[in-house]
Amino acid sequence: MKEEGKHKKAKKYGMVINLDECTGCGACMVACMAENNVPFKEDESSKLDSIAWMRVYKLTNGKSYPEADICYLPRPCMHCEGDHGHSPCVSVCPATATDYNHETGIVSQIYTRCFGCRYCMAACPYHARYFNWWDPVWPEGSTKYLSPNVSPRMRGVVEKCSFCFHRYQLAMDKAYLEGRTELEEDEYQTSCTQACPAGAITFGDLNNPEHKVHQLAKPDNKHGGRPGNPNVFRLLERLGTNPKVYYMSSREWVRQAGDNYLDNEDFAKNYRH
Amino acid sequence: MSTQDDKAKEVSADGVAGPIILFFILGLAASLVFGWVIFPKLLYSQKKQPIDFNHVLHDEAVEEGCESCHFFREDGSFSGIPKLAQCVECHEEAQGEDPNEVKFVEEYVANGREVPWLVYARQPDCVFFSHAAHVKKAEMDCGTCHGHIGESEHSRVYEENRITGYSRDIWGKNISGLKKHTWERMKMDDCAECHTTKEIKTDVETLPWPINWLPRPYEKQTGNQARVKTVKEACFVCHK
Repeated sequence: MKEEGKHKKAKKYGMVINLDECTGCGACMVACMAENNVPFKEDESSKLDSIAWMRVYKLTNGKSYPEADICYLPRPCMHCEGDHGHSPCVSVCPATATDYNHETGIVSQIYTRCFGCRYCMAACPYHARYFNWWDPVWPEGSTKYLSPNVSPRMRGVVEKCSFCFHRYQLAMDKAYLEGRTELEEDEYQTSCTQACPAGAITFGDLNNPEHKVHQLAKPDNKHGGRPGNPNVFRLLERLGTNPKVYYMSSREWVRQAGDNYLDNEDFAKNYRH
Repeated sequence: MSTQDDKAKEVSADGVAGPIILFFILGLAASLVFGWVIFPKLLYSQKKQPIDFNHVLHDEAVEEGCESCHFFREDGSFSGIPKLAQCVECHEEAQGEDPNEVKFVEEYVANGREVPWLVYARQPDCVFFSHAAHVKKAEMDCGTCHGHIGESEHSRVYEENRITGYSRDIWGKNISGLKKHTWERMKMDDCAECHTTKEIKTDVETLPWPINWLPRPYEKQTGNQARVKTVKEACFVCHK
Protein backbone atom coordinates (compact mmCIF):
# COMPACT_ATOMS: atom_id res chain seq x y z
CA MET A 1 0.00 0.00 0.00
CA LYS A 2 1.19 3.45 -0.84
CA GLU A 3 0.08 5.12 2.35
CA GLU A 4 1.20 2.34 4.64
CA GLY A 5 4.45 2.82 6.44
CA LYS A 6 4.32 6.59 6.43
CA HIS A 7 2.84 8.54 9.28
CA LYS A 8 -0.82 9.33 8.93
CA LYS A 9 -1.51 12.97 9.47
CA ALA A 10 -4.39 13.83 11.75
CA LYS A 11 -7.44 15.04 9.94
CA LYS A 12 -9.52 18.03 10.74
CA TYR A 13 -12.90 17.73 9.12
CA GLY A 14 -14.61 21.03 8.59
CA MET A 15 -17.05 22.95 6.52
CA VAL A 16 -17.10 26.13 4.47
CA ILE A 17 -20.58 27.57 3.91
CA ASN A 18 -20.94 30.15 1.17
CA LEU A 19 -23.56 32.55 2.52
CA ASP A 20 -23.80 34.38 -0.81
CA GLU A 21 -25.14 31.17 -2.35
CA CYS A 22 -27.41 30.01 0.48
CA THR A 23 -31.03 30.67 -0.41
CA GLY A 24 -32.40 29.69 2.99
CA CYS A 25 -34.46 26.86 1.53
CA GLY A 26 -33.88 24.62 4.55
CA ALA A 27 -33.05 21.48 2.55
CA CYS A 28 -30.01 21.00 4.78
CA MET A 29 -32.22 20.98 7.88
CA VAL A 30 -34.59 18.42 6.41
CA ALA A 31 -31.77 16.20 5.12
CA CYS A 32 -30.08 16.34 8.51
CA MET A 33 -33.21 15.40 10.43
CA ALA A 34 -33.91 12.48 8.12
CA GLU A 35 -30.31 11.25 8.18
CA ASN A 36 -29.84 11.45 11.93
CA ASN A 37 -33.24 10.30 13.22
CA VAL A 38 -33.91 13.69 14.78
CA PRO A 39 -37.32 13.54 16.45
CA PHE A 40 -39.95 16.06 15.46
CA LYS A 41 -42.54 17.54 17.71
CA GLU A 42 -46.22 18.30 17.43
CA ASP A 43 -45.37 21.98 17.52
CA GLU A 44 -42.06 22.41 15.76
CA SER A 45 -42.26 26.18 16.26
CA SER A 46 -41.76 25.77 20.01
CA LYS A 47 -38.12 26.63 20.48
CA LEU A 48 -38.11 25.07 23.94
CA ASP A 49 -38.99 21.71 22.51
CA SER A 50 -37.89 21.43 18.90
CA ILE A 51 -34.55 19.95 17.91
CA ALA A 52 -32.55 20.88 14.81
CA TRP A 53 -28.93 19.84 14.53
CA MET A 54 -28.71 22.15 11.56
CA ARG A 55 -30.66 25.37 11.89
CA VAL A 56 -30.95 28.15 9.32
CA TYR A 57 -30.95 31.64 10.78
CA LYS A 58 -32.01 34.80 8.98
CA LEU A 59 -29.81 37.86 9.26
CA THR A 60 -30.78 41.38 8.19
CA ASN A 61 -28.59 44.42 7.87
CA GLY A 62 -31.23 46.52 9.63
CA LYS A 63 -31.36 49.11 6.89
CA SER A 64 -34.41 50.29 4.99
CA TYR A 65 -35.00 50.21 1.27
CA PRO A 66 -33.03 50.46 -0.96
CA GLU A 67 -30.11 49.29 1.20
CA ALA A 68 -32.09 46.52 2.93
CA ASP A 69 -30.36 43.17 2.62
CA ILE A 70 -30.85 39.73 4.12
CA CYS A 71 -28.68 36.68 4.51
CA TYR A 72 -29.43 33.11 5.59
CA LEU A 73 -26.97 31.39 7.85
CA PRO A 74 -27.06 27.60 8.32
CA ARG A 75 -25.67 26.63 11.71
CA PRO A 76 -24.50 23.05 12.39
CA CYS A 77 -22.29 22.16 15.36
CA MET A 78 -19.06 24.12 14.93
CA HIS A 79 -16.91 21.23 16.19
CA CYS A 80 -14.75 23.77 17.98
CA GLU A 81 -11.12 22.88 18.34
CA GLY A 82 -10.76 25.45 21.10
CA ASP A 83 -7.29 25.41 22.62
CA HIS A 84 -5.81 22.00 21.80
CA GLY A 85 -9.19 20.31 21.84
CA HIS A 86 -10.65 22.19 24.78
CA SER A 87 -13.95 22.98 23.15
CA PRO A 88 -16.35 24.81 25.46
CA CYS A 89 -18.69 21.82 25.76
CA VAL A 90 -15.93 19.25 26.17
CA SER A 91 -14.29 21.22 28.96
CA VAL A 92 -17.43 21.28 31.08
CA CYS A 93 -18.90 17.81 30.54
CA PRO A 94 -18.71 15.98 33.88
CA ALA A 95 -19.48 12.60 32.29
CA THR A 96 -17.03 12.62 29.37
CA ALA A 97 -20.11 12.19 27.21
CA THR A 98 -18.68 14.59 24.67
CA ASP A 99 -15.07 14.71 23.59
CA TYR A 100 -12.82 16.22 20.97
CA ASN A 101 -11.19 13.68 18.71
CA HIS A 102 -7.73 14.70 17.58
CA GLU A 103 -7.72 12.23 14.71
CA THR A 104 -10.77 13.59 12.91
CA GLY A 105 -11.42 16.85 14.72
CA ILE A 106 -14.98 15.77 15.37
CA VAL A 107 -16.67 16.53 18.69
CA SER A 108 -18.53 13.40 19.74
CA GLN A 109 -21.74 13.03 21.67
CA ILE A 110 -22.21 9.72 23.48
CA TYR A 111 -25.89 9.49 24.33
CA THR A 112 -25.46 6.54 26.64
CA ARG A 113 -22.96 8.44 28.76
CA CYS A 114 -24.90 11.69 28.88
CA PHE A 115 -27.03 12.12 31.98
CA GLY A 116 -28.64 15.36 30.95
CA CYS A 117 -27.07 18.00 33.18
CA ARG A 118 -27.09 20.39 30.19
CA TYR A 119 -23.88 22.06 31.28
CA CYS A 120 -22.63 21.73 27.69
CA MET A 121 -25.68 23.57 26.42
CA ALA A 122 -24.88 26.45 28.70
CA ALA A 123 -21.26 26.41 27.59
CA CYS A 124 -21.94 26.27 23.85
CA PRO A 125 -21.90 29.80 22.46
CA TYR A 126 -23.59 28.66 19.24
CA HIS A 127 -26.75 27.07 20.66
CA ALA A 128 -25.85 23.98 18.70
CA ARG A 129 -26.92 21.57 21.43
CA TYR A 130 -30.42 20.41 22.14
CA PHE A 131 -32.01 18.63 25.05
CA ASN A 132 -34.56 15.86 24.75
CA TRP A 133 -37.29 16.90 27.14
CA TRP A 134 -39.41 13.98 25.96
CA ASP A 135 -38.92 10.58 24.47
CA PRO A 136 -39.30 10.78 20.70
CA VAL A 137 -42.75 9.89 19.44
CA TRP A 138 -42.61 8.40 15.97
CA PRO A 139 -45.86 8.28 14.02
CA GLU A 140 -47.03 4.73 13.39
CA GLY A 141 -44.99 3.00 10.73
CA SER A 142 -42.35 5.70 10.53
CA THR A 143 -39.86 3.78 12.65
CA LYS A 144 -39.27 1.67 9.55
CA TYR A 145 -37.79 4.75 7.90
CA LEU A 146 -35.30 5.47 10.67
CA SER A 147 -31.63 5.15 9.83
CA PRO A 148 -30.10 2.06 11.43
CA ASN A 149 -26.73 3.80 11.50
CA VAL A 150 -27.74 6.41 14.06
CA SER A 151 -29.29 5.44 17.37
CA PRO A 152 -32.39 7.37 18.38
CA ARG A 153 -32.04 9.36 21.56
CA MET A 154 -34.10 8.98 24.68
CA ARG A 155 -35.57 11.52 27.04
CA GLY A 156 -33.03 13.27 29.22
CA VAL A 157 -29.98 13.43 26.98
CA VAL A 158 -28.35 16.13 24.89
CA GLU A 159 -27.78 15.76 21.17
CA LYS A 160 -26.09 17.71 18.43
CA CYS A 161 -24.64 17.54 14.93
CA SER A 162 -21.96 14.88 14.53
CA PHE A 163 -20.79 15.84 11.01
CA CYS A 164 -22.57 12.58 10.06
CA PHE A 165 -19.82 10.61 11.79
CA HIS A 166 -21.52 7.33 10.89
CA ARG A 167 -20.85 8.14 7.25
CA TYR A 168 -17.16 8.41 8.08
CA GLN A 169 -17.27 5.01 9.73
CA LEU A 170 -19.08 3.39 6.83
CA ALA A 171 -16.61 4.95 4.40
CA MET A 172 -13.75 3.60 6.51
CA ASP A 173 -15.30 0.13 6.38
CA LYS A 174 -15.17 0.25 2.62
CA ALA A 175 -11.60 1.52 2.74
CA TYR A 176 -10.52 -1.35 5.03
CA LEU A 177 -12.13 -3.84 2.70
CA GLU A 178 -10.14 -2.40 -0.19
CA GLY A 179 -6.95 -2.37 1.88
CA ARG A 180 -6.82 1.39 2.33
CA THR A 181 -6.60 3.51 5.46
CA GLU A 182 -7.24 6.87 3.80
CA LEU A 183 -10.47 8.25 2.41
CA GLU A 184 -11.06 10.15 -0.78
CA GLU A 185 -12.65 13.57 -0.45
CA ASP A 186 -15.98 12.48 -1.92
CA GLU A 187 -16.20 9.27 0.12
CA TYR A 188 -17.12 11.12 3.27
CA GLN A 189 -19.58 13.99 2.88
CA THR A 190 -22.23 15.10 5.31
CA SER A 191 -25.92 14.80 4.53
CA CYS A 192 -26.48 18.58 4.49
CA THR A 193 -23.60 19.09 2.08
CA GLN A 194 -25.10 16.67 -0.39
CA ALA A 195 -28.62 18.02 0.06
CA CYS A 196 -27.84 21.69 -0.55
CA PRO A 197 -29.32 22.49 -3.98
CA ALA A 198 -27.22 25.65 -4.27
CA GLY A 199 -23.98 23.83 -3.48
CA ALA A 200 -23.31 26.38 -0.74
CA ILE A 201 -21.79 23.86 1.66
CA THR A 202 -18.34 22.40 1.14
CA PHE A 203 -17.07 19.65 3.42
CA GLY A 204 -13.69 18.01 3.74
CA ASP A 205 -10.39 17.79 5.57
CA LEU A 206 -9.08 21.25 6.47
CA ASN A 207 -5.58 19.83 6.88
CA ASN A 208 -5.47 18.46 3.36
CA PRO A 209 -4.36 21.10 0.81
CA GLU A 210 -6.03 19.07 -1.94
CA HIS A 211 -9.44 19.35 -0.35
CA LYS A 212 -11.70 22.17 -1.42
CA VAL A 213 -12.39 23.32 2.14
CA HIS A 214 -8.70 23.95 2.67
CA GLN A 215 -8.43 25.91 -0.54
CA LEU A 216 -11.47 28.04 0.31
CA ALA A 217 -10.76 28.76 3.97
CA LYS A 218 -6.94 28.72 3.88
CA PRO A 219 -6.82 27.88 7.59
CA ASP A 220 -3.82 29.01 9.58
CA ASN A 221 -3.17 26.10 11.93
CA LYS A 222 -0.59 28.04 13.91
CA HIS A 223 -3.36 30.38 14.99
CA GLY A 224 -6.16 27.95 15.72
CA GLY A 225 -7.20 27.59 12.09
CA ARG A 226 -7.87 31.29 11.55
CA PRO A 227 -9.10 31.77 7.97
CA GLY A 228 -6.59 33.16 5.52
CA ASN A 229 -9.20 34.07 2.93
CA PRO A 230 -10.38 37.67 3.62
CA ASN A 231 -13.95 36.77 2.66
CA VAL A 232 -14.07 33.88 5.12
CA PHE A 233 -14.97 34.28 8.77
CA ARG A 234 -16.00 32.17 11.74
CA LEU A 235 -18.74 32.84 14.25
CA LEU A 236 -17.61 34.59 17.45
CA GLU A 237 -14.02 34.37 16.30
CA ARG A 238 -12.73 36.38 19.22
CA LEU A 239 -14.00 33.89 21.82
CA GLY A 240 -11.15 31.61 20.85
CA THR A 241 -13.37 28.57 20.34
CA ASN A 242 -11.73 28.00 16.94
CA PRO A 243 -14.71 26.48 15.14
CA LYS A 244 -14.22 24.24 12.13
CA VAL A 245 -17.22 25.64 10.34
CA TYR A 246 -16.22 28.60 8.19
CA TYR A 247 -18.57 31.05 6.52
CA MET A 248 -17.84 32.87 3.31
CA SER A 249 -19.43 36.09 2.09
CA SER A 250 -18.39 38.94 -0.15
CA ARG A 251 -20.64 41.30 1.87
CA GLU A 252 -18.94 43.11 4.70
CA TRP A 253 -22.05 43.46 6.88
CA VAL A 254 -22.47 39.70 6.82
CA ARG A 255 -18.90 39.11 7.87
CA GLN A 256 -19.33 41.72 10.58
CA ALA A 257 -22.46 39.94 11.84
CA GLY A 258 -20.30 36.94 12.73
CA ASP A 259 -19.03 38.56 15.91
CA ASN A 260 -19.89 41.34 18.37
CA TYR A 261 -18.22 44.70 17.99
CA LEU A 262 -18.42 47.87 20.00
CA ASP A 263 -20.03 50.87 18.34
CA ASN A 264 -16.76 52.77 18.13
CA GLU A 265 -14.72 49.73 17.08
CA ASP A 266 -13.02 49.64 13.71
CA PHE A 267 -14.31 46.39 12.15
CA ALA A 268 -11.78 46.29 9.35
CA LYS A 269 -8.94 46.51 11.84
CA ASN A 270 -10.29 44.09 14.40
CA TYR A 271 -12.02 41.27 12.68
CA ARG A 272 -8.87 39.37 11.81
CA HIS A 273 -8.18 38.74 15.50
CA MET B 1 -32.18 -11.70 93.14
CA SER B 2 -30.51 -9.81 90.44
CA THR B 3 -28.09 -12.62 89.61
CA GLN B 4 -30.96 -15.08 89.28
CA ASP B 5 -32.69 -12.77 86.80
CA ASP B 6 -29.57 -12.47 84.70
CA LYS B 7 -29.21 -16.24 84.53
CA ALA B 8 -32.80 -16.64 83.47
CA LYS B 9 -32.23 -14.15 80.62
CA GLU B 10 -29.12 -15.89 79.42
CA VAL B 11 -30.91 -19.19 79.26
CA SER B 12 -33.79 -17.80 77.25
CA ALA B 13 -31.36 -15.99 74.84
CA ASP B 14 -29.53 -19.28 74.19
CA GLY B 15 -32.82 -20.94 73.41
CA VAL B 16 -33.72 -18.32 70.75
CA ALA B 17 -30.32 -18.06 69.07
CA GLY B 18 -30.52 -21.57 67.59
CA PRO B 19 -33.72 -21.06 65.59
CA ILE B 20 -32.58 -17.55 64.50
CA ILE B 21 -29.38 -18.94 63.02
CA LEU B 22 -31.29 -21.77 61.44
CA PHE B 23 -33.78 -19.38 59.84
CA PHE B 24 -30.91 -17.20 58.65
CA ILE B 25 -29.18 -20.14 56.99
CA LEU B 26 -32.43 -21.35 55.45
CA GLY B 27 -33.21 -17.85 54.20
CA LEU B 28 -29.74 -17.45 52.75
CA ALA B 29 -29.94 -20.81 51.02
CA ALA B 30 -33.36 -19.96 49.63
CA SER B 31 -32.10 -16.60 48.33
CA LEU B 32 -29.08 -18.22 46.73
CA VAL B 33 -31.19 -20.85 45.03
CA PHE B 34 -33.59 -18.18 43.83
CA GLY B 35 -30.82 -15.88 42.58
CA TRP B 36 -28.66 -18.50 40.89
CA VAL B 37 -31.20 -21.02 39.63
CA ILE B 38 -34.75 -19.70 39.53
CA PHE B 39 -34.15 -16.07 38.58
CA PRO B 40 -32.13 -16.81 35.41
CA LYS B 41 -34.90 -19.18 34.30
CA LEU B 42 -37.48 -16.46 34.83
CA LEU B 43 -35.32 -13.76 33.25
CA TYR B 44 -34.62 -15.48 29.96
CA SER B 45 -37.23 -16.71 27.55
CA GLN B 46 -36.35 -19.72 25.42
CA LYS B 47 -36.93 -19.39 21.71
CA LYS B 48 -36.25 -21.82 18.92
CA GLN B 49 -34.85 -20.73 15.57
CA PRO B 50 -37.44 -20.97 12.78
CA ILE B 51 -35.21 -23.51 11.01
CA ASP B 52 -32.73 -25.83 12.69
CA PHE B 53 -29.55 -25.00 10.80
CA ASN B 54 -26.67 -27.44 10.36
CA HIS B 55 -23.39 -25.57 9.95
CA VAL B 56 -21.27 -28.68 9.51
CA LEU B 57 -23.37 -29.95 6.63
CA HIS B 58 -23.25 -26.61 4.84
CA ASP B 59 -19.57 -26.12 5.44
CA GLU B 60 -18.90 -29.40 3.64
CA ALA B 61 -21.02 -28.39 0.67
CA VAL B 62 -19.79 -24.86 0.03
CA GLU B 63 -16.53 -23.94 -1.59
CA GLU B 64 -15.31 -20.82 0.19
CA GLY B 65 -15.92 -21.80 3.79
CA CYS B 66 -17.67 -19.36 6.10
CA GLU B 67 -17.30 -16.52 3.61
CA SER B 68 -19.60 -18.30 1.15
CA CYS B 69 -22.57 -17.08 3.17
CA HIS B 70 -21.12 -14.63 5.68
CA PHE B 71 -19.41 -12.20 3.34
CA PHE B 72 -18.51 -8.56 2.99
CA ARG B 73 -20.54 -6.47 0.61
CA GLU B 74 -18.76 -4.18 -1.81
CA ASP B 75 -19.58 -1.12 0.28
CA GLY B 76 -17.66 -2.53 3.24
CA SER B 77 -20.67 -3.65 5.26
CA PHE B 78 -20.93 -7.21 6.51
CA SER B 79 -23.77 -9.49 5.49
CA GLY B 80 -24.12 -11.18 8.87
CA ILE B 81 -26.82 -13.83 8.63
CA PRO B 82 -27.48 -14.19 4.90
CA LYS B 83 -30.74 -13.19 3.31
CA LEU B 84 -33.04 -15.52 1.43
CA ALA B 85 -31.43 -14.52 -1.86
CA GLN B 86 -28.17 -16.27 -0.87
CA CYS B 87 -29.94 -19.43 0.25
CA VAL B 88 -32.03 -19.61 -2.91
CA GLU B 89 -28.87 -19.88 -5.00
CA CYS B 90 -28.71 -23.53 -3.90
CA HIS B 91 -32.10 -24.17 -2.31
CA GLU B 92 -34.58 -23.19 -4.98
CA GLU B 93 -35.89 -26.68 -4.56
CA ALA B 94 -35.29 -29.07 -1.71
CA GLN B 95 -32.07 -31.00 -2.28
CA GLY B 96 -32.71 -33.71 0.27
CA GLU B 97 -35.38 -35.07 2.54
CA ASP B 98 -34.43 -33.32 5.74
CA PRO B 99 -37.65 -31.98 7.28
CA ASN B 100 -35.92 -28.69 8.07
CA GLU B 101 -34.97 -28.14 4.47
CA VAL B 102 -38.42 -29.10 3.25
CA LYS B 103 -39.95 -26.67 5.71
CA PHE B 104 -37.52 -23.96 4.61
CA VAL B 105 -38.32 -24.42 0.94
CA GLU B 106 -42.08 -24.70 1.41
CA GLU B 107 -42.57 -21.90 3.90
CA TYR B 108 -39.93 -19.40 2.91
CA VAL B 109 -38.49 -19.99 -0.54
CA ALA B 110 -41.84 -20.76 -2.19
CA ASN B 111 -43.44 -17.68 -0.63
CA GLY B 112 -40.41 -15.40 -1.04
CA ARG B 113 -40.42 -14.74 2.71
CA GLU B 114 -37.27 -13.90 4.65
CA VAL B 115 -36.49 -16.28 7.50
CA PRO B 116 -36.90 -14.44 10.82
CA TRP B 117 -33.61 -15.71 12.24
CA LEU B 118 -32.91 -14.83 15.84
CA VAL B 119 -29.52 -13.12 16.01
CA TYR B 120 -27.51 -14.40 18.97
CA ALA B 121 -24.91 -11.67 18.74
CA ARG B 122 -27.18 -8.66 18.16
CA GLN B 123 -25.82 -5.69 20.04
CA PRO B 124 -27.88 -2.85 21.51
CA ASP B 125 -28.90 0.04 19.29
CA CYS B 126 -26.16 2.36 20.49
CA VAL B 127 -23.30 0.10 19.43
CA PHE B 128 -21.39 0.47 16.19
CA PHE B 129 -19.29 -2.55 15.34
CA SER B 130 -17.11 -2.66 12.25
CA HIS B 131 -16.55 -6.18 10.96
CA ALA B 132 -14.25 -4.75 8.29
CA ALA B 133 -11.92 -3.17 10.86
CA HIS B 134 -11.62 -6.35 12.89
CA VAL B 135 -11.66 -9.06 10.23
CA LYS B 136 -10.01 -7.31 7.31
CA LYS B 137 -7.74 -4.75 8.92
CA ALA B 138 -6.83 -6.45 12.19
CA GLU B 139 -7.16 -9.94 10.64
CA MET B 140 -8.98 -11.38 13.62
CA ASP B 141 -10.69 -14.78 13.59
CA CYS B 142 -14.48 -14.87 13.58
CA GLY B 143 -14.24 -17.41 16.38
CA THR B 144 -12.61 -14.96 18.77
CA CYS B 145 -15.99 -13.32 19.32
CA HIS B 146 -18.45 -15.86 17.88
CA GLY B 147 -16.92 -19.10 19.09
CA HIS B 148 -16.95 -22.36 17.15
CA ILE B 149 -20.38 -21.80 15.70
CA GLY B 150 -19.26 -23.29 12.41
CA GLU B 151 -18.93 -26.69 14.08
CA SER B 152 -22.54 -26.82 15.29
CA GLU B 153 -24.97 -29.34 13.85
CA HIS B 154 -28.06 -27.81 15.40
CA SER B 155 -29.17 -24.28 16.13
CA ARG B 156 -29.07 -23.78 19.85
CA VAL B 157 -31.91 -22.23 21.80
CA TYR B 158 -32.04 -18.45 21.61
CA GLU B 159 -32.50 -16.95 25.05
CA GLU B 160 -33.88 -13.45 25.26
CA ASN B 161 -33.66 -11.27 28.32
CA ARG B 162 -37.29 -10.45 29.09
CA ILE B 163 -36.43 -7.07 30.56
CA THR B 164 -33.91 -5.69 28.05
CA GLY B 165 -34.83 -7.76 25.01
CA TYR B 166 -31.14 -8.57 24.40
CA SER B 167 -29.78 -11.98 23.60
CA ARG B 168 -28.26 -13.94 26.46
CA ASP B 169 -25.02 -14.12 24.51
CA ILE B 170 -24.37 -10.51 25.45
CA TRP B 171 -24.35 -11.15 29.19
CA GLY B 172 -23.00 -14.66 28.77
CA LYS B 173 -24.35 -18.05 29.69
CA ASN B 174 -22.88 -17.88 33.17
CA ILE B 175 -25.23 -15.82 35.30
CA SER B 176 -22.37 -14.58 37.47
CA GLY B 177 -20.88 -13.01 34.36
CA LEU B 178 -17.69 -15.06 34.43
CA LYS B 179 -16.19 -16.59 31.34
CA LYS B 180 -13.46 -18.94 30.28
CA HIS B 181 -13.22 -18.12 26.59
CA THR B 182 -13.26 -14.84 24.70
CA TRP B 183 -16.50 -15.70 22.90
CA GLU B 184 -18.57 -16.49 25.95
CA ARG B 185 -19.62 -12.91 26.61
CA MET B 186 -20.18 -9.85 24.40
CA LYS B 187 -20.39 -6.96 26.81
CA MET B 188 -18.48 -3.71 26.51
CA ASP B 189 -15.97 -5.07 29.00
CA ASP B 190 -15.21 -7.85 26.56
CA CYS B 191 -14.42 -5.35 23.80
CA ALA B 192 -12.37 -3.48 26.35
CA GLU B 193 -10.38 -6.59 27.12
CA CYS B 194 -8.43 -6.01 23.92
CA HIS B 195 -8.97 -2.31 23.66
CA THR B 196 -7.47 -1.42 27.01
CA THR B 197 -4.76 -3.94 27.59
CA LYS B 198 -3.77 -6.16 24.74
CA GLU B 199 -0.36 -5.71 23.24
CA ILE B 200 -0.04 -6.48 19.58
CA LYS B 201 3.21 -6.68 17.76
CA THR B 202 2.84 -4.62 14.68
CA ASP B 203 3.90 -1.36 13.17
CA VAL B 204 2.07 1.55 14.76
CA GLU B 205 1.47 3.46 11.58
CA THR B 206 -0.17 0.63 9.70
CA LEU B 207 -2.83 0.22 12.35
CA PRO B 208 -6.23 1.72 11.78
CA TRP B 209 -7.51 4.67 13.67
CA PRO B 210 -7.98 5.03 16.61
CA ILE B 211 -5.32 2.53 17.55
CA ASN B 212 -2.50 4.13 15.62
CA TRP B 213 -3.13 7.39 17.33
CA LEU B 214 -1.92 7.18 20.88
CA PRO B 215 -2.08 10.57 22.51
CA ARG B 216 0.98 11.38 24.52
CA PRO B 217 -0.62 12.31 27.85
CA TYR B 218 -2.37 8.97 28.22
CA GLU B 219 -0.16 6.48 26.55
CA LYS B 220 3.54 6.39 25.88
CA GLN B 221 4.60 4.77 22.67
CA THR B 222 7.48 2.37 22.90
CA GLY B 223 9.29 1.84 19.64
CA ASN B 224 7.12 0.25 17.03
CA GLN B 225 5.00 -1.66 19.51
CA ALA B 226 1.43 -0.54 19.84
CA ARG B 227 -1.37 -1.44 22.15
CA VAL B 228 -4.86 -1.88 20.81
CA LYS B 229 -5.77 0.68 23.34
CA THR B 230 -8.75 2.83 22.63
CA VAL B 231 -8.30 6.18 24.25
CA LYS B 232 -10.80 8.22 26.20
CA GLU B 233 -11.74 10.42 23.29
CA ALA B 234 -12.56 7.45 21.09
CA CYS B 235 -15.95 6.56 22.63
CA PHE B 236 -17.53 7.65 19.38
CA VAL B 237 -15.76 4.86 17.52
CA CYS B 238 -18.07 2.22 18.95
CA HIS B 239 -20.98 4.24 20.33
CA LYS B 240 -23.36 5.69 17.83
